[in-house]
Amino acid sequence: MTTRSVRALSGALKPLFSPRSPQGYVVAVCHQTHKSTYTAPPARYGGRHTVTLIPGDGIGPELAKHVCELFRFCCVPVDFEVVNVDSTETSEDDINNAIMAIRRNGVALKGNIETNHNLPPSYKSRNSLLRTTLDLYASVMHCQSLPGVRTQHRNIDIITIRENTEGEYSSLEHENVPGVVESLKIITRTKSLRIADYAFRTAREKGRRRVTAVHKANIMKLGDGLFLECCKEVASGYPEITFDSMIVDNTTMQLVSRPQQFDVMVMPNLYGNVVSNVCAGLVGGPGLVPGANYGENYAVFETGTRNTGKSIANRNTANPTAMLLASCLLLDHLKLHGYASMIRKAILSTITDSRVRSHRCYMQYVGGIQLLLLRPALYFDITLNMSSPLCSSCTLLIWEVRAPHLKWSSPSWMQSRALDLAHRGTRNQMTVRLYL
Amino acid sequence: VAKMVVLTNVKTVTMIPGDGIGPEISAAVMKIFEAAKAPITWEERNVTAIKGPGGRWMIPPDAKESMDRSKIGLKGPLKTPIAAGHPSMNLLLRKTFDLYANVRPCVSIEGYKTPYTDVNLVTIRENTEGEYSGIEHMIVDGVVQSIKLITENASRRIAEYAFEYARNNKRTSVTAVHKANIMRMSDGLFLRKCREVAENYKDIKFTEMYLDTVCLNMVQDPTQFDVLVMPNLYGDILSDLCAGLIGGLGVTPSGNIGANGVAIFESVHGTAPDIAGMDLANPTALLLSAVMMLHHMGLHDHADKIQTACFDTIRDKKVLTKDLGGSAKCSEFTAEICRRVQDLD
Repeated sequence: MTTRSVRALSGALKPLFSPRSPQGYVVAVCHQTHKSTYTAPPARYGGRHTVTLIPGDGIGPELAKHVCELFRFCCVPVDFEVVNVDSTETSEDDINNAIMAIRRNGVALKGNIETNHNLPPSYKSRNSLLRTTLDLYASVMHCQSLPGVRTQHRNIDIITIRENTEGEYSSLEHENVPGVVESLKIITRTKSLRIADYAFRTAREKGRRRVTAVHKANIMKLGDGLFLECCKEVASGYPEITFDSMIVDNTTMQLVSRPQQFDVMVMPNLYGNVVSNVCAGLVGGPGLVPGANYGENYAVFETGTRNTGKSIANRNTANPTAMLLASCLLLDHLKLHGYASMIRKAILSTITDSRVRSHRCYMQYVGGIQLLLLRPALYFDITLNMSSPLCSSCTLLIWEVRAPHLKWSSPSWMQSRALDLAHRGTRNQMTVRLYL
Repeated sequence: VAKMVVLTNVKTVTMIPGDGIGPEISAAVMKIFEAAKAPITWEERNVTAIKGPGGRWMIPPDAKESMDRSKIGLKGPLKTPIAAGHPSMNLLLRKTFDLYANVRPCVSIEGYKTPYTDVNLVTIRENTEGEYSGIEHMIVDGVVQSIKLITENASRRIAEYAFEYARNNKRTSVTAVHKANIMRMSDGLFLRKCREVAENYKDIKFTEMYLDTVCLNMVQDPTQFDVLVMPNLYGDILSDLCAGLIGGLGVTPSGNIGANGVAIFESVHGTAPDIAGMDLANPTALLLSAVMMLHHMGLHDHADKIQTACFDTIRDKKVLTKDLGGSAKCSEFTAEICRRVQDLD
């Protein structure tokens, strides 16, 4: 029972998964199967999965780097196949390569690819192309109030399910007469039925009570009327779930006054864009909510609000939470639930404790420490003196412990044994006791 | 016999009471205007659609004549009949007078608390075309196509109005809201026209923002926005979003500006048939629209007086209608505002 001295080889700090789970916060780790016969892509040789990674523009590359580093430290059995898509190129080769890579691997993690809207209309939005070619018909965003994030509304828990391939995003436009442009919005019965079915199935799987369809059928009687009809048809097959509908402008008004009334929302493409962004704003902003795009055969994960974040790129101020939570959704999809819940717990406990400001990077990747135990011990205390102050939720990540009497120590094992002694003698000091 | 000709600058306004709670709140507004001694005479008209020659639905000719003469209208809520065979009255009015701009100033009301404070923005929405052109076809069974129409003229007109409004009301910036990354040609055209018009108004800052970014930022920090100009559908959604930020449609004013100097100011809430005739209605929305109308007509002193009286009443919280959290009747609320207006004299 003696503490052993520890020789720190390099003096920097990495976050650790807090052993204390956040008070009263329940993480919903639910694997989304959209088809009962669909299985996650099989693990490759050695039990490792390959996932396509498309960094994108703006803050995309730095967030992708964070995900890679985190996966490496946690020894997640996922290899990333990085495909870069250059948004300044007018040829579609890059995006086609990316699509082929996703077809090969079955899953992808992507950042947003910028669309320069000053280019001619023949240049289609790369993100849109990806979604329609791979037929990722459902875009799902789960917006939940997080305990540590201060917002105007509390207790929000909304799942927005948005049709991802048709509607206003068909990119069918023409100018018959100079000065008059027509843009077509297409609504089809098959796709509306499909998304409604997906919404009700998801609601049933997650034990949700109510599905609300958002539309503007009083004005667009045929288009949104068809969508609403399909939703009603599907609703009749799920008697335990209440179905109602709401006009989109009333929906946004209700969302800013009383968002707690909504449960699951299903809607066509454009309204989905508006509503999901409003919901993301309500729970704390674009840096906190992950998004997922599901198709029959493929799944692509990204940040919920799909921003490139050009104005904050390369300044180490981007909030990585959304991307990291998206990577947790990816891990759930690959059935690596252990890693997913571990990472999620760490991320959420980090947010719970500290002050949250959108311009603070609170996962500070400062460097690494390697601890070498010289003699067997039952526990040892690590005291670190940092050059910069630690925030109240800074935790230590130990990703490797080599000791003569230990064969292998996994991060989850170490997490369960490390105990933050919370002796913050000075603001720059931290002591953690690691039980072996 | 000497004839005395008294020159007055009393302006005529066409009052359209509307249905449901419309008549009560219109009466309330007229009473408050009387107490404020505003130089307005009211001409009440009904706009229920009638079938004109040729089978086309139109508004009654006396209403049209009154509006053409006075150029300014104040409208209460109109019932949209479901199976009457004629289109909605609002649509008819819009088409008759070519009301191309819908202006909704959203200002936080002190005393009516919402989770958002210090909201002070204006949404200017193109009112005639865009997604609401009403052109839809079922191409084959199960496939519907809706057409969104964007024209150069309408876009230029609304952009010009937005910048004029910003200049006249001492606003610092105009933001165009669009989705040109997806709808390249249509929203691209709208954006180009806005940029062209912005060249002539160098004193006002012009920015462009995607619709989803605006929504995201609006619910986090609405104070960053000033004047927003956008096509029809986005305008519909965003103006209701902003109304929700300040407390709902019961306290939001709205104005429709048309060609030839016509302007109709209205309250955008519903007819509330369940409380019609019971003296429970809240006239704030119509009152604030009327204040907007006074500003439009140049009667700023009266406008400020009435607005101050209204806001003071709400801030005091002693006499409030049910939807504002109190238990007073409409007539009591109105009387209180009248009293304050007279005190302010």
